[in-house]
Amino acid sequence: MVGSRLMRPDLQKSERLRQRIQELAGTDVGRCYQCGKCTGGCPLVEAMDFTPRQIMRLVNWGAEDEVLRCQTIWVCATCFTCTVRCPRQIKVAEVMEALRSLARREGVRSPARDILRFHRLFLAIVGRFGRLHELSLVMGYKVFTGRLFQDLGLGLQMFLRGKLSPVPERPGGARQLARIVSWWAERERKGGR
Amino acid sequence: MNSYLYYPGCSLAGTAREYGQSTLAVLRRLGCEIPELDDWTCCGASSAHSLDHRLGLALAARNLALAEAQGRGLLTPCAACYSRLAAAWHGVRQGGEVAEWLREILGRPLEGTFRPRSLLEFLVVEIGSHEIARQAGVPLDGLKVACYYGCLLSRPAEWAIDDADNPQLMDGLLEELGARAVPWAYKTECCGSFLALARTAVVFGLVERIVEAAREAGADCLVTACPMCQANLDMRQRRGRPPLPIFYFTQLVGVSLGLAPEVLGLDRHIIPGLPLLRERNLVSGPVGLRERLLR
Repeated sequence: MVGSRLMRPDLQKSERLRQRIQELAGTDVGRCYQCGKCTGGCPLVEAMDFTPRQIMRLVNWGAEDEVLRCQTIWVCATCFTCTVRCPRQIKVAEVMEALRSLARREGVRSPARDILRFHRLFLAIVGRFGRLHELSLVMGYKVFTGRLFQDLGLGLQMFLRGKLSPVPERPGGARQLARIVSWWAERERKGGR
Repeated sequence: MNSYLYYPGCSLAGTAREYGQSTLAVLRRLGCEIPELDDWTCCGASSAHSLDHRLGLALAARNLALAEAQGRGLLTPCAACYSRLAAAWHGVRQGGEVAEWLREILGRPLEGTFRPRSLLEFLVVEIGSHEIARQAGVPLDGLKVACYYGCLLSRPAEWAIDDADNPQLMDGLLEELGARAVPWAYKTECCGSFLALARTAVVFGLVERIVEAAREAGADCLVTACPMCQANLDMRQRRGRPPLPIFYFTQLVGVSLGLAPEVLGLDRHIIPGLPLLRERNLVSGPVGLRERLLR
């Protein structure tokens, strides 16, 4: 039991993963000396399964499955606190972003499905209209997740204050945006296979 | 000075309507007519860069390219838009394969000639706090403000407009207009951003820490430059203690310039802000319909 849970560094995998992160984020996770300053300043660490420091360690151990399948990379709100504080100049938030990109490209099944659903819905709306229509995003998300009545009062309050525009705007550039979004969607499909 | 095109961003037509209203009113009052970028599209915040690095750059870069073709840079009030536009600008300026790819998928030339500007930086650095104060007729005397910058104006170093831990641009501007900017430690703490929908409880916790810190510092209200921060702080304060109103900095600048509350959208907050401004004699005149109904 214990034996199966012990993790050993896989240097080959580590090299490859670090290389791919380097390409996407322009930063070398290999520089990490595990001081934990990223974790200390992270506002969302309580909602994560691995701390940012642990993510750095897992990358350096080549634990690709773990880092691509965790909650942490999706809970990260890209506030950049870790990036500006890292004494080794690792762009930690950018590493998280790179890991999210990799997870999507590899078609990894994410445990943070609600967050992913939010992002995908956002992209669908922007791909359709060229601009974000907030009411569609909020309503769509509530319908998809079955949390229809949560925040209903708040929605009414916003509506009365003219904060929810009922009709989406659609500029001419929407078509070009649709093209960019479908480039991404196509790659997602390939990743999912 | 007038070499910008205005990029409002999607929120300013919806949840942050009062930010858009007050921005345009203040700019007009200061004599800066900045035309809106024709055919602008979403910058992708916060979801595009969360899903894919390049997708995030491409959505923002399209707007940079449109403005560049007209020989102008972009001016945006929204901190999230600023951050994404600046990230794309930075990516283009670094050149190499990413810049090539961006030009290819956009089908447009893009050199990154013009750095995007945030409205806060524009007002303080290009117009000048002193100049704004010179034109202001209503000193914000007696108002204690906690200036809340959030993440996206203060980080990362490559495109931050101010210090990562103790930024001063907004403090300086509002102090020049007569307010007292309280020193406090949560100026650049994260509000939880897009997690408000998917992880609501987490955002309630983060907001509580920020608002409590402002309260302890003796602030009457918080002031922001970000639609996401404003929305989270305005909508996710726990019930119990009397809530603190959350203003956009442009609204307080507008009050100081003598603009009417409805023009500044001061009657659109979930936590009403007008009672505080009336109590301090910063806003006078009759109580508007929305203000009366939504107290």
